[in-house]
Amino acid sequence: MDFKKAEEMLNLCDKEGLTISEIMKMRECEQFETTQEEIILKMKKAWEIMKESAQSPTENAVKSIGGLIGGEAKKLNEHRLQGKGIVGTIMSKAITYSMAVLEVNASMGLIVAAPTAGSAGVVPGVLLALQEEYNIPDDKIIDGLFNASAIGYLAMQNATVAGAVGGCQAEIGVASAMAASAATELMGGTPRECADAASTVLMNMLGLICDPVLGLVEYPCQNRNASGASNALIAAEMALSGIKQMIPLDEMLECMYNVGRRLPVEFRETAKGGCAKTPTACNLCNKKL
Amino acid sequence: MSSISVFDVLGPNMIGPSSSHTAGASSIAYLAWKMAGGNIKSVTFTLYGSFAKTYHGHGTDKALLGGILGFKTDDKRIRDSFNIAKERGVEFEFIINEEETDVHPNTVDIHAVTEDDRVLDVRGESVGGGKCRIVLIDNVPVDFTGEYSAAIVVQKDMPGVIKHIAETLSDRNINIAFMKLFREGKHERAYTIVETDSPLPADIKDSIMENQYVEDVMIVEV
Repeated sequence: MDFKKAEEMLNLCDKEGLTISEIMKMRECEQFETTQEEIILKMKKAWEIMKESAQSPTENAVKSIGGLIGGEAKKLNEHRLQGKGIVGTIMSKAITYSMAVLEVNASMGLIVAAPTAGSAGVVPGVLLALQEEYNIPDDKIIDGLFNASAIGYLAMQNATVAGAVGGCQAEIGVASAMAASAATELMGGTPRECADAASTVLMNMLGLICDPVLGLVEYPCQNRNASGASNALIAAEMALSGIKQMIPLDEMLECMYNVGRRLPVEFRETAKGGCAKTPTACNLCNKKL
Repeated sequence: MSSISVFDVLGPNMIGPSSSHTAGASSIAYLAWKMAGGNIKSVTFTLYGSFAKTYHGHGTDKALLGGILGFKTDDKRIRDSFNIAKERGVEFEFIINEEETDVHPNTVDIHAVTEDDRVLDVRGESVGGGKCRIVLIDNVPVDFTGEYSAAIVVQKDMPGVIKHIAETLSDRNINIAFMKLFREGKHERAYTIVETDSPLPADIKDSIMENQYVEDVMIVEV
């Protein structure tokens, strides 16, 4: 059993009466001649690393190697704990945790690329926030991770997840689409609603360039992980409310890929354009050199 | 090529900060280390494209050096690879090539010399999400990812070599997943890359070497 397109995956879900996470687990077992026990164990290990990297900086601020970021997760966490938050607990936690993972990453700590290191905060940020707020057991979260990986797989199969090839939309955009789909399944959405949520994110983040200041995976990357996490929640909320998307996921993936490949090289991880070329960033660059 | 796994999407578990510039880079060099089949005494890395432009900020240099020292992507020693290389007496150099632009955005050439004076020249590309592939061996275009157990056979392009390789594996009951031949020209040097479903025993190299046209065999178990 295999699928290359979202539509094939959704047809399989319909035919078998299964969720995306279940179909993805079946595919993994068949394609790689392994067992559900083995892949679940491996995914639990990934989830442990994700949780650790999402939580640890909320109490212990970590300074990045490039020195551009550090301490943001702690600030956000304290802001929420003091009752000053304005976006509600789920959103607040999602952006806190997603930024936390980037602090760990930027300090050469251990993270799980999801699907890349620069976008590693989005999926754990959204899932950990949902887990805490809705008391979702780890087993269900693991399912969420399989669902997320189905969307990431489709992006890798049919488009790209490399910022150097497709810009930030391919990294944060895909991570956010993954998180949106996983959140939708975890909160009771159908497979087609999951795909709609993923499609929504790709649409909303279409064209986002990759323009890291000083060429470091720090700034604006960390901010964009928070943005990706919140976009995922927006899209999941829309999908769960019954809003359908006109453009299917397969078409949005192709669209994102086409846009990405046409981005000038300055906007694809080369630190030669966008935020990286603002006067402030350039001053920083001169100082560093 | 091989199918994409959920752990290619949610993974690798890695030392940051960049999957393409840190983890992918260390994977290329790790593959090169495996291909060299022994410890390296000197190495030169030539960086192209985005690697050339942004290597320092992504720790690409530390990752490449860590990989050629035999460190995997989640090995915390990558942070200290420069010091570890110096301690081990490994000479290393980084060359930035921004003139050559007709390459994949994240490309590196590795020129490595082992302690027993074997020379290895490979080009690797980091293709996103920590994945990579080797695209040149000694200037011959190849395609190799290290995701399977593999034997890279360096041979003279003559009749019977492929049969010999296939028979040698068949005799050990090893199933071939992929097999590809790349050659410089007819009857010139060729590379056969055999990827197998099960691990390759250490002594299989000697068995493959028995054919008169086989010059070298690199066994890559990742």
